[in-house]
This record gives sequence, C-alpha cells and structure tokens, in this order.
Amino acid sequence: MIQAVVTVVGRDKNGIVAAVAKTLSAHNVNIIDMSQTIMTDLFTMNMLVEWEDPERFNQIQADLTKTGEQLGVTIHIQREEIFDAMSRV
Amino acid sequence: METKQILETIQMVSEDHLDIRTVTMGISLLDTVGDTPAQTAKNVYQKVVSYAKNLVPVAEQIEREYGIPITNKRISVTPVALIAGHSDEEGLLQIAHALDDAAKEVGVDFIGGYSALVQKGFSHGDLALIKSLPRVLTETDLVMSSVNIGSSKAGINLDAVKLMGETIKAITDKSDTANSKMVVFANAVEDNPFMAGAFHGVSEPDVVINVGVSGPGVVKRAIEKVSGKSINDVSETIKKTAFKITRVGQFIGDLAAKRLDVPFGIVDLSLAPTPARGDSVAEVLEEIGLEQVGTHGTTAALMLLNDAVKKGGVMAAQQVGGLSGAFIPVSEDAGMIDAAKDGTLTLSKLEAMTSVCSVGLDMIAIPGDTPATTISGMIADEAAIGVQNNKTTAVRILPTNGTKVGDMVDYGGLLGTAPVMPVNSKSSAAFIDRGGHIPAPIHSFKN
Repeated sequence: MIQAVVTVVGRDKNGIVAAVAKTLSAHNVNIIDMSQTIMTDLFTMNMLVEWEDPERFNQIQADLTKTGEQLGVTIHIQREEIFDAMSRV
Repeated sequence: METKQILETIQMVSEDHLDIRTVTMGISLLDTVGDTPAQTAKNVYQKVVSYAKNLVPVAEQIEREYGIPITNKRISVTPVALIAGHSDEEGLLQIAHALDDAAKEVGVDFIGGYSALVQKGFSHGDLALIKSLPRVLTETDLVMSSVNIGSSKAGINLDAVKLMGETIKAITDKSDTANSKMVVFANAVEDNPFMAGAFHGVSEPDVVINVGVSGPGVVKRAIEKVSGKSINDVSETIKKTAFKITRVGQFIGDLAAKRLDVPFGIVDLSLAPTPARGDSVAEVLEEIGLEQVGTHGTTAALMLLNDAVKKGGVMAAQQVGGLSGAFIPVSEDAGMIDAAKDGTLTLSKLEAMTSVCSVGLDMIAIPGDTPATTISGMIADEAAIGVQNNKTTAVRILPTNGTKVGDMVDYGGLLGTAPVMPVNSKSSAAFIDRGGHIPAPIHSFKN
C-alpha cells in the first residue's frame, strides 16, 4: 500500500475539494485523513491518501497537476515517508 | 497527519532551496586495466555505462515521488592514474574520453576521478595524468579531476605543488573556465560525492551510492527565528536543522541504493551553496551577526556553523563521510561574491576561514598574470593548514588571462560568477623552486 500526502494551495473557489476528490477516486485512491483551512484568502488543504499499485504514482501525479491547472491552484503529491524521515526519530 | 510538519517540509523545498545536492555512484575501475590504453578505455566505458545506466532515471523517479530535488546525479571512479600505469599522455586522453562518453551516455552531470594521489611521490601514471590535464580538461566536457599533493601521514610533496602551479597556468592558457573542473587536495577523502574532487577510493567496494546534502537557505531561515538570542541558541538551532536535512539525505540515499541494488555508502553533511539568493553560506554567517562575510568574527562564526552542522548531522546519518562541513566557494555563493566585490572578503581571510571549514580556497578568480610559483605558494599554504590540522583542504583557483582585479568572470550555471581578487605581489618562487618534500608533522607519528 502506498501512502502519500496531497497538498493543495491557491485562491479559494467553489469545488476545489470535490474536483481533487474526484480525480483521486478515479484512480481508486482512498482518502484517509484531510485538513483544510483558509489563510488570508489562500486555500490550503492537506490530504493523507493511499492506494495499492506503486506503479500508478506518475499517472496520479499527472492527473492531479492537470486538475490543479483547471482550478488555478497548485497541487503537490509526495510519498508520505519523506515527512516521517525528516520529523520523527 | 501532522499538518505543521508537512507545511514545514514543503516550505523548505519551495522557498529555502532544500535539495539533495548530489547522488553520486562510486564505481571501481581496478578491474578495467587492459593490455593497451585503448583496451582499458573500452573496458572503462563498458563498466561505467553498465553500472550507471539506471542512475539518472531512478534518481528522477525519486525526485518525483518524494518532491525533493536531486540537483546532480554524478559518478566517481577509481583515481585514473592507478589504472594508467603503462599509459602515456595519449593513452590517458583515450581513457578520459571514454569517461566523458560514458557520462554522456548515462546522462549524469559530471564524472569525477580523473585523479592522481602523489602526496608521497609520482608514479609513471601520475606524471602522465598531470601532464595530460590541460588537454583533458579542455577536450572533455564532464570529466572532473583532482590531484592530492599532501597528507598528514605523508607530508607535502613540494615538487607536486610546483608542478600543479605550472599545470593550472597551462590550463588557463587553453581555457578561462577549465580550471573549475580541477582541484588540488591535501588529505583528500575517498568517499567524497562532491565535485570537482570526487573519486572512488581504492578501499571502497566495487560500487556504492554516496549522497551529499545541502540547504544553507534552510539553516538561514531557522537562524532568523533566534535573532538577538545567545550564540548557544544559534548552535542548537543549526544542529536541529542539520539533523532534519541529513535525515532527508539518509532517506533518499538509502532509497536510491535499494532501487539500484547497490550498497549505500555515506552521507556527506555539507552546506553547499549555489549562486541563487537565499542559498548562500555567506548569508548564514551574516544572519549569525556579521554585517558582511569577511569581516572580523567571520572565522569564529564559520567554525560554529561547521561544527554544529556536523553535530546535528552525525546523529541523523548511518555513516558520515566525504568532506562534511560548510563549503565556501566564492563564485558559487551570492553573498561571497558581494563581499569579494566590496573588498570585505580577501584571499587572506578566505585562507583563515579554510582552517575551520571543510574545504579550501575554492572557485576564486585571480589575475591571469599571477606567476605559477605564486599559485604554488597558495597550494602549499592550504596544504599546510590541512596537513597540520588533520583535515581536508583544497585549492580550486581560477587565473583568468586578460583580466585585472575587480573584473567579473562568468563560469556559467552552478559555477557562478566571480570578481577577480588581488593576490600578494611578492614572489614565492625561491621557496617553491627548492622542490623536495615537506616532512609529515610530528603528531602524525601515532603508532
């Protein structure tokens, strides 16, 4: 099982969560946890997600980038271990 | 999910230039010696290409999946002089071209190890390699070279010091920038992943992955938060930050090694700047409290920085190696360039700084009419600092023909730009021309 963190940053507008969730769902990606906030007009969302097939990473990333472009926000996806490596002993 | 930590990591990459500076594959060439230099060159090409063919794609996929840039993918090889004992200059050129072609074939940024270790004396291959340097460094694109002329155990080979001064001048006569691809070492290390001085030492395994981390921008940002507080707080902050940076290096290196099915060697805990603003070691020193790098107090601030980086990093890495410390290349660091232009940073101050950090006089432009013996004098001084203090020192100095003090020279890309700095005009010739060997210091006799 692959776990990754999706971060979305950009100007708030209708349908950001829905569009990102739809893209993820199309790849059978499960959302485990999410947190979202607005900081001075800037929409910021983090999602912890998981899926089975490690080979799908590049495709999921490409589709999320496309979704981000359509929404006018920046979407990053990074495998979760990097955050553990840096912050946990 | 720790939102704060996620955002911190992302900010380190996107705003503070956190990167893995290099993933370097070390490859032994000891089994490539053929009956003729042509055969050796062929074997070298085949071995490098077959071992490193997946290095770049694997590193790029890791960048993609983990969102951490790996700025350079590199190869280091066994010092070429060791496999070129029966080659002449022409034969060495063939081997150098084989390395260059192999590096281009696999798509790495540089290949290091066109090197000779002459601290105790010259073998036939060593002399041929040094003689070939002006042609090799101007006829190849990606080949990097180093020559080790001293060690704490062996002392300083003054004949080699003299020869390297002359060689640097000969390289300058062919190209203004080729000297950026060659470094003269004392106490060179065998597992350094950084260029120009990377080579794969004889005691290393057949193949290995070494990683060099970076992140002066991250350290600077962290120190901004302890503005006005005691120097102890600065030290603690640097340690914590270095720990985090190194953990990323350890993680990425381990992963790259696993995916390439190659043993993982070391993490080099270095703060390596780039010419980009905000990615500067000079700016870190200025954040500690210096109006400009090079002023009084610079050596002390650098000593603290270098030491705290190591202390923080050591706990985070399984095995530490390479040069490990702060790099102070002038042309590759925006703050150093400014200070050199303003005259705050001088060659003498840089020399003092090299006694407490991990490298030496690095990427410094000097006038093209500087005599070879003066350059040798600089090499001898740096070697003395290294040999006496059991540390690595290096000289990568760039005399540029037709320039005078204050002119700017552009080396392109990551190598940056440098103002031509003044050198002492009094002669070192009679000292250098004595030749011979400076004996090892008394404290090297530890057995």
